[in-house]
Amino acid sequence: MRERERDAEQGDARNRTSLLKKMEISVAEAEKRTGKNAVNMQETYTVYLIETRPVDAASEGTNPVPDSLWRRYSEFEQLRNYLLVTYPFLVVPPLPEKRAEFVWHKLSADNMDPDFVERRRVGLENFLLRVASHPDLSTDKIFYSFLTEENGWKETVFETGFQAKADSRLKALNATFRVKNPDKRFAEMKHYGDELQSVISQLLRVRARAADRLYGVYKVHGNYGRVFSEWSAIEKEMGDGLQSAGHHMDAYAASVDDILEEEEHYADQLKEYLFYADALRAVCRKHELTQYELEMAAQDLTSKKQQREELATGTIRTFSLKGMTSKLFGQETPEQREAKLKMLETQIEEGEELVKERNGECEEFVKSAWVDIERFKEQKDHDLREALISYAIMQISMCKKGIQVWNNAKECFSKM
Amino acid sequence: MSAGTPRALASSGQKPIQDIRHPLSAEESALSRSPDVLHPGGAGERDLILPNGTPVDTSSPTSSSSLLNRLQLDDDLDGETRDLFVTVEDPKKHVSTMETYITYRVCTKTTRTEFDLPEYSLRRRYQDFDWLRNKLEESQPTHLIPPLPEKFVMKGVVDRFSEEFVETRRKALDKFLKRVADHPVLSFNEHFNAFLSAKDLNKRQGLALLTKMGESVKYVTGGYKVRARPVEFAAMGDYLDLFTQKLGTIDRIAQRIIKEQSEFLMELREYGPVYSSWSSFEEDLHDPLEGVSGCVSNCSSALEELTEDMSEDFLPVLREYVLYIESMKNVLKKRDQVQAEYETKLEAVVFREDKKTSVPADVEKCQDRVECFNADLKADWDRWENNKRQDFRQLLTGMSDKNIQYYEKCLAAWESLIPLLQDKQEAKGETN
Repeated sequence: MRERERDAEQGDARNRTSLLKKMEISVAEAEKRTGKNAVNMQETYTVYLIETRPVDAASEGTNPVPDSLWRRYSEFEQLRNYLLVTYPFLVVPPLPEKRAEFVWHKLSADNMDPDFVERRRVGLENFLLRVASHPDLSTDKIFYSFLTEENGWKETVFETGFQAKADSRLKALNATFRVKNPDKRFAEMKHYGDELQSVISQLLRVRARAADRLYGVYKVHGNYGRVFSEWSAIEKEMGDGLQSAGHHMDAYAASVDDILEEEEHYADQLKEYLFYADALRAVCRKHELTQYELEMAAQDLTSKKQQREELATGTIRTFSLKGMTSKLFGQETPEQREAKLKMLETQIEEGEELVKERNGECEEFVKSAWVDIERFKEQKDHDLREALISYAIMQISMCKKGIQVWNNAKECFSKM
Repeated sequence: MSAGTPRALASSGQKPIQDIRHPLSAEESALSRSPDVLHPGGAGERDLILPNGTPVDTSSPTSSSSLLNRLQLDDDLDGETRDLFVTVEDPKKHVSTMETYITYRVCTKTTRTEFDLPEYSLRRRYQDFDWLRNKLEESQPTHLIPPLPEKFVMKGVVDRFSEEFVETRRKALDKFLKRVADHPVLSFNEHFNAFLSAKDLNKRQGLALLTKMGESVKYVTGGYKVRARPVEFAAMGDYLDLFTQKLGTIDRIAQRIIKEQSEFLMELREYGPVYSSWSSFEEDLHDPLEGVSGCVSNCSSALEELTEDMSEDFLPVLREYVLYIESMKNVLKKRDQVQAEYETKLEAVVFREDKKTSVPADVEKCQDRVECFNADLKADWDRWENNKRQDFRQLLTGMSDKNIQYYEKCLAAWESLIPLLQDKQEAKGETN
């Protein structure tokens, strides 16, 4: 994780102002707590210790005690939801998964399981570091107080009114609408996000199944250990060789636990990008929504202008109920027409303002979002490449261990 | 299996030649006693009759002096001075109107005078091997005869003509002949000679003989209860029982591993391609992802090879030993019968005539049979133990080797991927 900090800082020039330059952040511990929840029922939950320390202090050599506070997962969720609605044009870093998914059988799906809690602790730290190294997110005041203010943070964040915005955002993102002139780049990005999500899900699923099988292969070899031991008891010269070979078979069987634990780390790296893909899609969807609203406003303006023209020239080019009724029930009086024209003028003025505003919003959004998407692309390419390298290194280590064990066993067998 | 590694001819354990109780040495003293009334007809100097009534193969090579010579030769022999080499090779399918079957070429090279020519090459089918083994069992009942691969295969389950099945069988037949060829007594058996050299095996004669023998065997094996089984043979029996159990367990474990590996392989075959489809919509990551996909594919192939090797080389040898042990237990039972017959007859005599000083001839004959059987069996047992040790050493180191090769292939694949994965990074670093 520290490496990522360093890399992130080196890679992005704009990180000069990032929070991480000034402050060390870590999620140091996890603890179980029990308490009464909102409906006054006993519940057990886990809290995580966030430690912060000014960077200068450590380098001066004094090494003071870090500031710290405890937060639970739900508070992290609140923080993230706040960031999502406040910065809809940014690809907001994801949280580690709420529930264990893509588990292979030996891994617990229980949220209280110590291994899960530990992996979650690492994931939460990763989240904080990602936010703290982001050029825009790291300057957010709410984020800062999340890290430093134990009490009062909840109230502060609620005051921003993010909860209501979060709900309407979700609704909007899930609504179906069609954009007339979609921005090609964003459409492609959304498609990419979809594909990335799909492929990583598939990868994680198959990997979990493969892990299960690999576990079986290794563990069955442990049975060799037992039978060689029993067999050696009835042999004379062959006995020693068999017995010691058996021990190596036991070691082989036991080695799979560490191997798979390491691989779980790789799975976590993939999962982060699985959820990142979702964040990317959200930005693209938000852009679509912005675009759609602009188009709606423009469409509305056009129709109002057309109505004005019709009213002014008396020709009805478009079908309207008013037009029909006036045809059927007679023309309106010139006063009525005047009033209507005046209303339309105001509406057109307002409409033009709205279109200008929305256009501005759209342009602003496109500009900011695209910058962040480019940043995200570079980060993704870098991180995933690193992940693949460490995966390859894991496999190499596993192969070397295998060669060693079987060489040891072979030596014992050759002494039979 | 190793067609080339010369195995030292198994001698009767580590004892010096003088201490080895030669099977026929007992017979020397028996000659001085009264002639055997039951002797069906002088076939040579030997009066050795076996419980089932057949005379021991007493053609000249088994005369005591030449046998002793050969035993001496046994101890001195290493691979280079062996004088009989046999191989089973080149399986071919034969299709006739009546049936389809496989034949194997049996090649023999020898300097022994018992053979007319120094080299032979002829084709035999499984039936012929089976015939040979039966003849050996009949004519050398006091010896441990190596096993054949299983005769019957379920037609629907196993493809009798698949490359794997035929190759596995060929290896087992090769091993069978080599074991017989290495045996100081069995390798001089006339049926073995015929098998290696005769154009046509006159099997019908064998069948007729079998029936007569079958009767005699039935007559003997029954009704006699062994009083005190000598400790060493009791130990053999116990050992064989336990050993069979262990082999069964190992067989089950090996099968289970193969199954788990096959299922792992299935997942890998799905896993690799996902990286490929991912690479199709990536730019920068395209090559690394393709690389990983290729790597996983290489590992899959390596795993497939490992699983196949274990199925074809490891399991059959285990099963062969189980069959071997079965036939050995039968020989032990026969030995018990021979001893039981002797004990019963002896008891009857002692009980009957307590004044008589000389033991009747037939009881003596029984005693000789027992001693002969015990000696043969003891010698063969030691040889078997030695072979077993070598065979299992070879089998288990072979298993280790296969696993090592598998991991080495995977290691090479992943190691070659690292530079590919790091490549772009360095290039990028330079441009920065």
